[in-house]
Amino acid sequence: MNPRVNDPTRSNQDARTPAAGNACVRIRGLRTVLNGKTIFDDVDLDIARGKITAIMGPSGTGKTTLLRHITGQLAADCGDIEVDGRHVAGLNRTQLFDLRERIGYLFQNSALLTDFSVFENVAFPLRQHLRLPEEIIRNIVLTRLQSVGLRGAAHLMPSELSGGMARRVALARAIVRDPDLMIYDEPFVGLDPIALNQILTLIRTLNDTLGVTSILVAHEFSAVRRIADHVVLIAGGKFVASGHPDVLARGDSEWTRQFFGGEADGPVPFQYPARDYATELGFAAGAR
Amino acid sequence: MNAPRRNMMLADALAQVGAVGLFMFSILAAVPKSLRHYRETVRQVWFVGAMSLVIIMTCGLFVGMVLSLQLYYVLTNFGGTAALGTVVALSMFRELGPVVTALLFAGRAGTSMTAEIGLMRATDQLSAMEMMAVDPMSYVVAPRFLAGILAMPLLVCIFNALGLLGAHLVGVSWLGLDNGTFWGNMTSTVEVWSDLLNGVWKSAAFGAVIALIATFQGYTTPPTSEGVAYATTRTVVSSAIVVLALDFVMTAFLM
Repeated sequence: MNPRVNDPTRSNQDARTPAAGNACVRIRGLRTVLNGKTIFDDVDLDIARGKITAIMGPSGTGKTTLLRHITGQLAADCGDIEVDGRHVAGLNRTQLFDLRERIGYLFQNSALLTDFSVFENVAFPLRQHLRLPEEIIRNIVLTRLQSVGLRGAAHLMPSELSGGMARRVALARAIVRDPDLMIYDEPFVGLDPIALNQILTLIRTLNDTLGVTSILVAHEFSAVRRIADHVVLIAGGKFVASGHPDVLARGDSEWTRQFFGGEADGPVPFQYPARDYATELGFAAGAR
Repeated sequence: MNAPRRNMMLADALAQVGAVGLFMFSILAAVPKSLRHYRETVRQVWFVGAMSLVIIMTCGLFVGMVLSLQLYYVLTNFGGTAALGTVVALSMFRELGPVVTALLFAGRAGTSMTAEIGLMRATDQLSAMEMMAVDPMSYVVAPRFLAGILAMPLLVCIFNALGLLGAHLVGVSWLGLDNGTFWGNMTSTVEVWSDLLNGVWKSAAFGAVIALIATFQGYTTPPTSEGVAYATTRTVVSSAIVVLALDFVMTAFLM
């Protein structure tokens, strides 16, 4: 079991406060509307440098969208996003790529290059950006694959991997250049308990040893609780709660009580907005 | 069809043409950077060129055989069978070679380009490249565009060669035309620069257009199975129309 290194005594706090003066990512007045639906409504957030911040919330609330804003994949309708002191919206393509060279991104669906073997997938960023001797590339790649437990799978093609294995290869690829900022979009999906434990240890170790800032989107609160320094809960276009995972787990607000308790009733609707159920089924008075 | 709907369709078509034009400029801007990935370009030439050889050679052979057979009986009426080699060669070099190869190329290589890039879009591979600070335009699209321009002339030369072989098999070996007459009249009439190379220039242009349409359709396809299927169909249909239209324009200028 990975030892807990975060401080559970930290008090519940606003989404802006943990990084005061030392934010790696700073979001101000973010507003996003996609397909007529308001995803973010004037929200602020600071991601502390060198810490693991978990973004949690019900499905469809914009967690991945937030990551896409931070990395410049999707422009916001309004507001400012600053990553490492650089305003993402003001960057041209070259500057954006310069920024991304320092970001590791684990995609929700792994996004491995299907024409390349596991080894070549992990080596891809190295070959594209660095002129390294083949021997060094080989050693770096094998080291990263060893850390996710797949050194022996280096010769396999992505089509030969299970979902969990593909996720671990994608993780190895994301960390191969020792990024300053790591973004994990649902990294625990499809992992067996052994792999999950190792990946949790790896994420925590990256932070502790290299000072990497991590942003984590996940639904598995038990896993998040073991490694996250800070959790932000999104619902209804707002950051409704934030703080240390142990503090949030106490369920002091109705948001955290419902979400972490897995209850259907509460401020977060389980049902997607729809017409009245009885009317839809034709049972309401006068429906027939 | 009512007027507003017709206007909307016209506006959509113009917007599509504009989008393809902008996409072409993006490719051209990415070409210098893509030269760094020359191995990817070589791989694509292999994939769209060498892997298309079987269909190109087979079709070239049969087109030459059919052409020879048809023309032999037509020319017999005029007592002009001696001109069979010349007529077949001119038909192949100037028109049939570039056009038929382009249509086959669109069906074989264009569709695979569209489907491959479309699936890369659907499975977030293009987004992953962008997140690794690798420009998909220079790594994925430009090499395929260059491969189309390089592979098409080579394929046309092979198509023409096999077409002449087919014509020779039918005209000389089967129907008994004199071998010396067949080759002699052909070599004395057909010009390398005005006949053979005109076809080669045309084929390079066709290769560029097909690769442009194929990569555009793949790159902009909705990331769904249905989206990829429609994009693949659009590649074949659009390529066929544009190739034939461009053929007319180029022929008018190159004659």
